Amino acid sequence: MNSLIPLLVAAPLAGAALLLLGGRALDRFGHWIATALAALSFAFGLALFADMLGRDAEHRAVVERLYTWIPVDGFQADISFQLDQLSIVFVLLITGVGSLIHLYSVGYMAHDERRRRFFGYLNLFLAAMLILVLADNYLLLYVGWEGVGLASYLLIGFWQHKPSAATAAKKAFIVNRVGDMGLSVAIMLMFAEFGSFAFGPVFGAAGDASQGKLTAIALMLLLAACGKSAQVPLQSWLGDAMEGPTPVSALIHAATMVTAGVYLITRSAAIFNLAPDAQTAVVVVGAVTLVFGAIVGCAKDDIKKALAGSTMSQIGYMIMAAGLGPIGYAFAIMHLVTHGFFKAGLFLGAGSVMHGMNDEVNMRHYGGLRKYMPVTFWTFLLGTGALIGFPLLSGFWSKDKIIDAAFAKGGAEGWILGLCALTGAVITAFYMTRVVLLTFFGEKRWQPDGDGNLPHPHESPKTMTIPMIVLAFGSVFAGGLFTLGSSFLNFLEPVTGHQEGHPPFNSYVVSVIATVCMLAGVGLAYVMYGRGPVPVKAPVGSLLTRAARRDLLQDDFNHAVLVRPGSALAATLVWFDSKGLDGFVNGLAAAIGGLSGRLRRIQTGYVRTYALSMFGGTLVLVASTLLMRSV
Amino acid sequence: MNPVNYLYLAALLFTIGASGVLIRRNAIVLFMCVELMLNASNLALVTFSRLHGNLDGQILAFFTMVVAAAEVVVGLAIIVSIFRTRHSASVDDSNLMKL
Repeated sequence: MNSLIPLLVAAPLAGAALLLLGGRALDRFGHWIATALAALSFAFGLALFADMLGRDAEHRAVVERLYTWIPVDGFQADISFQLDQLSIVFVLLITGVGSLIHLYSVGYMAHDERRRRFFGYLNLFLAAMLILVLADNYLLLYVGWEGVGLASYLLIGFWQHKPSAATAAKKAFIVNRVGDMGLSVAIMLMFAEFGSFAFGPVFGAAGDASQGKLTAIALMLLLAACGKSAQVPLQSWLGDAMEGPTPVSALIHAATMVTAGVYLITRSAAIFNLAPDAQTAVVVVGAVTLVFGAIVGCAKDDIKKALAGSTMSQIGYMIMAAGLGPIGYAFAIMHLVTHGFFKAGLFLGAGSVMHGMNDEVNMRHYGGLRKYMPVTFWTFLLGTGALIGFPLLSGFWSKDKIIDAAFAKGGAEGWILGLCALTGAVITAFYMTRVVLLTFFGEKRWQPDGDGNLPHPHESPKTMTIPMIVLAFGSVFAGGLFTLGSSFLNFLEPVTGHQEGHPPFNSYVVSVIATVCMLAGVGLAYVMYGRGPVPVKAPVGSLLTRAARRDLLQDDFNHAVLVRPGSALAATLVWFDSKGLDGFVNGLAAAIGGLSGRLRRIQTGYVRTYALSMFGGTLVLVASTLLMRSV
Repeated sequence: MNPVNYLYLAALLFTIGASGVLIRRNAIVLFMCVELMLNASNLALVTFSRLHGNLDGQILAFFTMVVAAAEVVVGLAIIVSIFRTRHSASVDDSNLMKL
């Protein structure tokens, strides 16, 4: 059974190789090959999951060693996969949601002439992401980490003829690189400290390492997580990443890749648990991002960017939960899975709306679409309900647990985190209700496109609606199913560990407060956007609104603090290089050249001159010999 | 007769030869001056042989003669071929070996 594990990765990898190398011959049916291979990978995942459930909790983790990648004395890098409870959750999420999004893309990308390549990249992403979550050592994890970064870059810039998409792809790649640096430094520190980077030896020896070393490793891992998961301060790339095709935003920039940071922190629990300072940093990053992303999500008129802000914010919840330690790990992963369902569903819904509205993304140009796109409307509504934590839907269960855990942290810290989480819940309810109201309710504010045609919204084809319906089912039932008898928690506990939190008040009270917060947000949005007509052109807005539209000035900040000094430094170095170093080298060359020009005059070509110099030389030799003798 | 006088003579001949090489342009004359220098050194070698009372110098003189004979053969051949192509025996006319 364990031999299925490499096949899990091999299936999409083979698909990527086939589609990217296969050429035009595959243009007509290549997308179905890719979809079938993704589904095959999902089937393998299900088989492994069933097999795993048949064993006791202690024997569920298995390691499948393929071969040694770099066999050097004292440095063993294995290609070795580890499938445990945490990995299988990710495997099922990645391949399951991945297969659905492959299916959706068949409809969404039907008219794109580079569709085959798109599916090749999607398969490449699946393979890399599976390597990331199945690796049993940090170096192989790094391979997957870079692989998903590459796939993300290729897919954000898929419509590379648009300069904005090309720039967004570069931005995502460069910002991610800062995080990747953190991961590579962390791996080097681990190797220096423990002599290994495999999970087993590192986690086993973590207890003997000094506090400072552990904190350094944990902080570097946090930096990596910030880059990949778009957390403050490396969050700026996610909004621009929406330039990619919508299925990509759903799969990579909402459901799976951006959650890799949460996986990394949860996987490295053994290190983080021993480094409380780093945990505090994780919690702060998560709490700041969850409010930050939510505020950005409120101000955006671009439907995908509003959802991107929401993604950032929800991952903030997960990171915060992961930073809380053993009281939060399992809940972070649980929220990650339910979020994977409803956020992928929401993005697919947004894609469906765009599909019907001539690729319009501005929500102020939508309105009244619920009658025209009923399936999209209902699935989107259920996804929204799940995201804002409407009672009994998925997000309600998973988010409540995180708010609970935040309060359970105890002391002033617990109160601050809990209030942050509740504030986030209010804002989340506000912006999601705003999105729904602007898109599906109110009067039609449709605008003619470039050719002067008004859009004719219509329901999307079956290949697109079926994945949305399946994901909507997930959004409704997943959370309840996981919570029932704490099944998810008990399943994950052997890997992540769990410790019951003790919030200052009963968890039912938390649920009630969270629901009241949610209703307050919904009500506020209804008052602002549901009752009167919505202006087609965005009003100027308050100072905060304007700042939030500009992503709370994050790009301006990066530009002022990093880009401009960087450019100035580069310009200075160029000047120093061209004037200083090159000047010196060129001057030396010119001096030697000039001198040589003079020296070569010695070569007159007259035999007698040469003879004279020979005589002269001989005379000097003889004279000096005599002189030396006499002294 | 004092053998040292032979050394003076050799030095004189060598000087005449060397000045000839440096001053004259005609390749044949130049060549003869080289011969003069060689023979001046031969004379000096033989004289030293006499002064020291052994045959080393004389043996060396024989070597010089053999080398001189070979040199004459090669040198004259070069001079003749230059003369054929350039119609001149002046060494200053063959001055292409320069930058």
